[in-house]
Amino acid sequence: FLHPPPSWDVEETLKRLQSQKRVQVIMVVNTEGIPIKSTMDNPTTTQYANLMHNFILKAWSTVREIDPQNDLTFLQIRSKKNEIMIAPDKNYFLIVIQDPTE
Amino acid sequence: MEIVYVYVKKRSEFGKQCNFSDRQAELNIDIPPNPELAEQFVERNPVDKGIQCSTSMSEHEANTERFEMETRGINHVEGGWPKDVNPLELEQTIRFRKKVEKDENYINTIMQLGSIMEHCIKQNNAIDIYQEYFDDEDAVEVTEEAPSAKTINVFRDPQEIKRSATHLSWHPDGNRKLAVAYSCLNFQRAPEGMSHESYIWDLENPNKPEIVLKPSSPLVTLEYNPKDSHVLLGGCYNGQLACWDTRKGSLVAELSTIEFSHRDPVYGSIWLQSKTGTECFSASTDGQVMWWDIRKMSEPTEVVILDITRKEQLESALGAISLEFESTLPTKFMVGTEQGIVISCNRKAKTSAEKIVCTFSGHHGPIYALQRNPFYPKNFLTVGDWTARIWSEDSRESSIMWTKYHMAYLTDGAWSPVRPAVFFTTKMDGTLDIWDFVFKQCEPALSLKVCDEALFCLRVQDNGCFIACGSQLGTTTLLEVSNGLCTLQRNEKNTASSIFERETRREKILEARHREMRLKEKGKVEGKEDDQREEEPILTLEELVTKAEEEFFDIIFTELKKKEVEAMKKSKPVGPERDEEVEGEDQGEEEAAHVETPT
Repeated sequence: FLHPPPSWDVEETLKRLQSQKRVQVIMVVNTEGIPIKSTMDNPTTTQYANLMHNFILKAWSTVREIDPQNDLTFLQIRSKKNEIMIAPDKNYFLIVIQDPTE
Repeated sequence: MEIVYVYVKKRSEFGKQCNFSDRQAELNIDIPPNPELAEQFVERNPVDKGIQCSTSMSEHEANTERFEMETRGINHVEGGWPKDVNPLELEQTIRFRKKVEKDENYINTIMQLGSIMEHCIKQNNAIDIYQEYFDDEDAVEVTEEAPSAKTINVFRDPQEIKRSATHLSWHPDGNRKLAVAYSCLNFQRAPEGMSHESYIWDLENPNKPEIVLKPSSPLVTLEYNPKDSHVLLGGCYNGQLACWDTRKGSLVAELSTIEFSHRDPVYGSIWLQSKTGTECFSASTDGQVMWWDIRKMSEPTEVVILDITRKEQLESALGAISLEFESTLPTKFMVGTEQGIVISCNRKAKTSAEKIVCTFSGHHGPIYALQRNPFYPKNFLTVGDWTARIWSEDSRESSIMWTKYHMAYLTDGAWSPVRPAVFFTTKMDGTLDIWDFVFKQCEPALSLKVCDEALFCLRVQDNGCFIACGSQLGTTTLLEVSNGLCTLQRNEKNTASSIFERETRREKILEARHREMRLKEKGKVEGKEDDQREEEPILTLEELVTKAEEEFFDIIFTELKKKEVEAMKKSKPVGPERDEEVEGEDQGEEEAAHVETPT
């Protein structure tokens, strides 16, 4: 009985996310700003990675400063045109851009 | 100590040996004290002497050299690849990515993050928490907020010698720029060394004007060409007309020749609506209105002399202080004069005398502003002496509406381009008044003190929200009015037009009455006085009232009598039905007729 290699689970997960309604872009970036996986072109992905990194650090430090026992789990930035959702981790960020339901 | 110098000298060369010996002390000098010398001194007791025991300090100023800082951003195009990976090599980057994807940590992290993300995405899709729930209802904001205005920006004349801001013009596209004409309007009192420059300001930057215009004589008026936003027309203090193209620089592109220009400062210059977009006309206090084509500025294409006696005499011409032109009525234009008369003219008339159609008089002083209402062009606003007046073209004897006499002279006025019932005026005491006559008719809806010196000119932006006003010291203030004053109110157009019509009607009735009275006066003078008096008694107001009362009561009594008669008839025995019905109908009709007249 062959287990599918674990990397397939990742693909599976990302595909599932992409197939959700109104999802425009998915990307996985590491803390160096290198896009591991992205549905957009490289320069744009790098730009997002850079901007999000600073933002995540700021949000994370804010949460921790208010309550040191607390931790940042998720970030959503809602704008007129879309919604940027970020799931941060120590090494990688998962960024999804969704169309707002309007 | 390695280095040593050896000095050798023979004992015989030393010289004689020193022989020291003792002897007694000898007194060499003895100076006894001289008491007479003490006479030269005065004893001081006590002695006052200040001493201080502290550290001695000195003060010294130092100013560091200015540290120049600049903020710059860097846009990264590539992320931080590790040293061994060349980002330009596709193979290497792919290999790196594949390596990361195989990393167990990566897989676990992504699985975890993925599940959180999925939850949120689904949540978003399920319910839109930002949905507008009451969107269907008409957002009719009955804003009870009080009208207000606030200053957004102030543009000061950068010159040392301050000049007045005499004219403002908004940039036709987007209204992000403001052209301001600066000059000194006090006759021959322009200070020496006053600069002739006028500026175009960018609204975002009040520190430095964006473009400088350099005419040979200070500009009194300045207007952007509505068709071509690079071209500006300026009327100079010496009567010339100057034209700029901002793409070509700040020097004048076209200038009219002195011989054929005006003899007095050009107080009004407006672009005309033409296919070429190069025609304009100007007016000045020398009594002439000239038409120009900017491609050939050496001579005006047409000249009209503002002589209301229609004899075209320059000596009896009235000086023009303001000019009005509405592109929806291209053949007509109006001129406001120094003598307080508005002259309405027709450009297409065949003879020059016929060009002057009619006059409206009513102001005691020069008419500084003249503008047609953008919604109802038959009505126009004039500002002069201490009042602002609204006129209708149909009523020539007097204005249909006017403000009270203010304490300060009014200098400029304009209608709001979005609300037919709102207009703005500026005064010599530095206040800006905003009038809204569907709201309040005896006072301005809002009165703002913009600055301490006099305000000379005013211009409303096309969206009706922003107003720029220029002052005597060259300070242009940009104000934003509250929403209520720049959004069209419900039913405002109808209300405004009905107000105009009502006032026009009232004036017409008064006019007719005056005419009648004047005719009667004439008739009295011509014929025999006694006979005239008996034949046509001039009814005074009281007599009219008593007459009306009598008529009214007569009608009431006749109706009451009729009702009594009817009641009596009904109480009588019933006759043939037909007659009664007919009677009833007739009576009903009569009653109805009588009911209407008393009202």
